[in-house]
Amino acid sequence: MQFALLIFESPEAFAARNADDNNPYLGAWRAYHKALVEADIYVGGNPLQPPETGTTVRLKDGKRRVQDGPFADTKEQLGGFTILELPSLDAALEWAARCPAASIGAVEVRPVSPEYKRRVTG
Amino acid sequence: MSGSEQESTHRTIERVARESYGRLVAYLSSRTRDVGSAEDALGNALVAALETWPRDGVPQNPEAWLLTTARRSFIDLLRHRQVAEASEPTLALLREESKHKTLSPEFPDERLKLLFVCAHPAIDPAMHTPLMLQTVLGLDAARIAHAFLISPTTMGQRLVRAKTKIRDGGIRFEIPQERELPQRLDAVLEAIYAAFGIGWDDMAGVDQRGRDLAEEAIWLARVLLELMPKEAEVHGLLALMLHCEARRAARRAPDGRYVPLSEQDCQKWSRPLMEEAERHLGEASSRGWTGRFQLEAAIQSVHAERARGGKIQWNAIMMFYEELIRISPTLGTRTGYAAAVAEAKGAEAALAALNAIAPDDVSVYQPYWAVRAHVLQQLRKIPEALDAFDRAIGLTEDPAVRQFLLQRRG
Repeated sequence: MQFALLIFESPEAFAARNADDNNPYLGAWRAYHKALVEADIYVGGNPLQPPETGTTVRLKDGKRRVQDGPFADTKEQLGGFTILELPSLDAALEWAARCPAASIGAVEVRPVSPEYKRRVTG
Repeated sequence: MSGSEQESTHRTIERVARESYGRLVAYLSSRTRDVGSAEDALGNALVAALETWPRDGVPQNPEAWLLTTARRSFIDLLRHRQVAEASEPTLALLREESKHKTLSPEFPDERLKLLFVCAHPAIDPAMHTPLMLQTVLGLDAARIAHAFLISPTTMGQRLVRAKTKIRDGGIRFEIPQERELPQRLDAVLEAIYAAFGIGWDDMAGVDQRGRDLAEEAIWLARVLLELMPKEAEVHGLLALMLHCEARRAARRAPDGRYVPLSEQDCQKWSRPLMEEAERHLGEASSRGWTGRFQLEAAIQSVHAERARGGKIQWNAIMMFYEELIRISPTLGTRTGYAAAVAEAKGAEAALAALNAIAPDDVSVYQPYWAVRAHVLQQLRKIPEALDAFDRAIGLTEDPAVRQFLLQRRG
């Protein structure tokens, strides 16, 4: 089954993206990605641009509400996601613990919902 | 009662709870096999102690008080729960026993049976350690869950399921017969060692699981040793864990950096723990038969030689690993062997030892890649070394080890 690792990152982690290639956080991510691919569990994923680039849209009482910035105002913000093919939640938690973001931010593990997807996509 | 008296009462309750928990749960559940109800009953007794002891003073024999109170609650619980008919005689027996006002402090110690029940072959091996930690030491599910990287709710559910299996699955509270004892004891030792959770910390290969529970694992091993003082492997396991525990303070630099075993300041190793480890290792080897844990302890003992000013005898370590591979050819053992070969015979021989391990087995085994990276770097096979470093870094959970490997990678 597939699991999404939702990567929540601190401002420092977002800042590391502008550092040079020798930055340890980037190095850790490169190594982690290699480990995922070599273990043959990597399905897909992408980093997101930093939270300040987000724009949030709502329709309330028929009126458009547009807000600069991300949906939630928290210190750690969604920085990307990774989809993995794994046999169990236990295995997914193990890979989440190895994620470089786990020690300076947080990683939320959620099962992908194929049933719901089928109902939506037909 | 003054504040300080109250505090001391609370401390007494904590101490008695900690020391008596396993004895009381084992005793209460040994005839009914209902571990869950025994724990609930003891929980109720501890709440009662927290209410009455500060007011009325600590009873003369706190453990007996807890047992009497817990047993009363246990009878109530069993009556309320739909228990198997077979437990009716047990209820009668429990009722009869609870009439005796003064309880002998010499009630039988059934913890050994409880340990064997927790590591019974009918129980999922992944639950052996959590069950022991909860039923013998009284650790709560959340704390166990953190150490085993499982959500607290899931851990709670799995513990309940395992206890239901013990109650309803016909698992008997008994010491295994001689013929099956070695295998059954092995399962108990494995489960205790899993709580200790440190693989071997050469070459920054660290097995994380359960590492917050090192002290609890040592406590469990001491309990087991008290109950089986003649078993060489129990001494071996305790010796192994004490040697590793002795180095705790040296594993991290003051700034939190990871320090590999060979670079640790051995002045920071704990002498009393090392001496105790050596005593147990001596006790184990005097019993003639050599098992897995004794060999692993012997390897740690050779490392400890450095604290006495000696050089590390890598040939001896290599020999112990060869012996270990013969009886327990695990991935950890074979990787440890390769690391020893690297020191004793050089990187070329170590690479051959690593290549002899099937590639499928090692794809997510971090210590293998850490050793491989080290060996390839020594051989100046740079692109392959970088690749191995990446694999080791990517599989690491510990940020300090990750940092260390990133630096070595360069």
